[in-house]
Amino acid sequence: MDLIADHISHRFGELAVLDDVSFTVGSGEVVAIVGPSGCGKSTLLSILGGLLQPTSGVAELRGAPPADSLNPLTFVFQDFALLPWANVEENVEFPLLHTSLSAQARRAQVDDALRRTGLTDFRKAYPKQLSGGMRQRVGISRALAVKPAILLMDEPLSALDSQTRELLMEDFVRLLADGAMGAAYVTHNLEEAVRLADRIVVLSRRPGRIREVVSVAMTRAERGEATARAKMLELQNQLWSLIRTEAIDAEREVQHA
Amino acid sequence: MLDRAAQAGTPKDAATRRVRFRGAGFVPASSRFGGWIGLALVIAVWQLAGSLRWVNPLFLPAPSAIAKAIYELAISGALWQHVSVSLLRIGAGWLLGTAAGVAVGFAIGLSRIARSVGITFISALFPIPKIALLPLLILWLGIGEEPKIATIALGVFFSTAISVYSGVDAVPRNLIRMAQSFNVPFATIVRKVIWPGALPSILAGFRITASVALLLVVSAEMIGAQYGIGAFVLQAGNLMQTDQLLAGVVILSVFGLAVGKVINLLETKLLHWR
Repeated sequence: MDLIADHISHRFGELAVLDDVSFTVGSGEVVAIVGPSGCGKSTLLSILGGLLQPTSGVAELRGAPPADSLNPLTFVFQDFALLPWANVEENVEFPLLHTSLSAQARRAQVDDALRRTGLTDFRKAYPKQLSGGMRQRVGISRALAVKPAILLMDEPLSALDSQTRELLMEDFVRLLADGAMGAAYVTHNLEEAVRLADRIVVLSRRPGRIREVVSVAMTRAERGEATARAKMLELQNQLWSLIRTEAIDAEREVQHA
Repeated sequence: MLDRAAQAGTPKDAATRRVRFRGAGFVPASSRFGGWIGLALVIAVWQLAGSLRWVNPLFLPAPSAIAKAIYELAISGALWQHVSVSLLRIGAGWLLGTAAGVAVGFAIGLSRIARSVGITFISALFPIPKIALLPLLILWLGIGEEPKIATIALGVFFSTAISVYSGVDAVPRNLIRMAQSFNVPFATIVRKVIWPGALPSILAGFRITASVALLLVVSAEMIGAQYGIGAFVLQAGNLMQTDQLLAGVVILSVFGLAVGKVINLLETKLLHWR
């Protein structure tokens, strides 16, 4: 199943946020969306996931999702969006409650999702008892439980410290390894983009337009090796040079606002 | 200068002085027994003042006299008669008001039409002291229990509706968006996201409405009732039976404390996740 952004533009009142953005997330493909702050990255993801109606243009799906997928487009949120009154397994089961799955099938799906994120021993814990990294693992586990075709990840690591971020990136690499899931991955962190994405969509400053689409010509497994370091840094620098001046302008603008 | 020898072995001379501690205070921790000791002390002084005849017992009977009055009221059965009538009125009025308040509060929190209409009416009617409506309610409903219960229900209704819709408003939007992103249907979002999210505010509202109900039951019973704690306190005052009067006041205070405890219990049970 492909996810297509087809000439999407969006404005909040007078403020133009996105301008004619088109690209495709192919089946099993990971597309990172980067750009200076305030360029409409998260807005774009909300539109792609059907949580926001664009001023013009459409988000479209092409092809059938996998037969067992309960929610083909599934979000992973920056702030985790966990129910604080529900423990880990209840949070993971939450999106399954309204489905036609039997209690037994739900249980199996929850168990599997918890196992894949290493949360089995924490199933009875409440969100407030968990570290930020574990909370986001619950968010990821909840997403896995509905067997998504495409993950919509909205700065999933931004709320975490750099060590936790590193560990979760390794988790992402592992989860995306078999190509069963694609992802649209919004981030301002170029290292994450270079590490995880097959293609990187670089947006310009507000109103966000596509400045460039950069392909990463290495498998994710290769990128984990020490020899790939230099190449990845070079790519990161290349991206940064695309964004830098606009990032400076964007920062000034925010401070004046 | 920062090597180990210098740190450990530097002899203290006249110029060496300790960094003054300046972080004290501003952390008032309440001690477990302090409150009880304070209470006991006040009662002891009060009792002493009564026993030594420093004050006229007609105006301020000693604690022992009040305890005796409560005991005698309990033995004669009068205590239960008054308390049970008041409890019935509070219970019926509070339940009615709460049920309506929760329903209206959720409607205001979830629907645009209910919100525009509801908030206008609530803002207009909330400030009216509900006891002022008792005479009107008596005209409408007769002189039985109904107008008293209705007064309490009205008082409870507005506070409840307000605390419920503020609670619904305070449910983090990101949780609702999350649920929507999983195609969770409206009814399930209300039940599994909005209700638990609004619960802290709803329970805080219960604390307020319980005291509103107590206030209104006493006022209503003072205006027109044969039985009930309010009527009893008023009668005792008219007859200058201050020990009985204060016995009634003590019972009211115990009732208020008990309700507070119950709500504390509910909070620890239902809001353990906070």
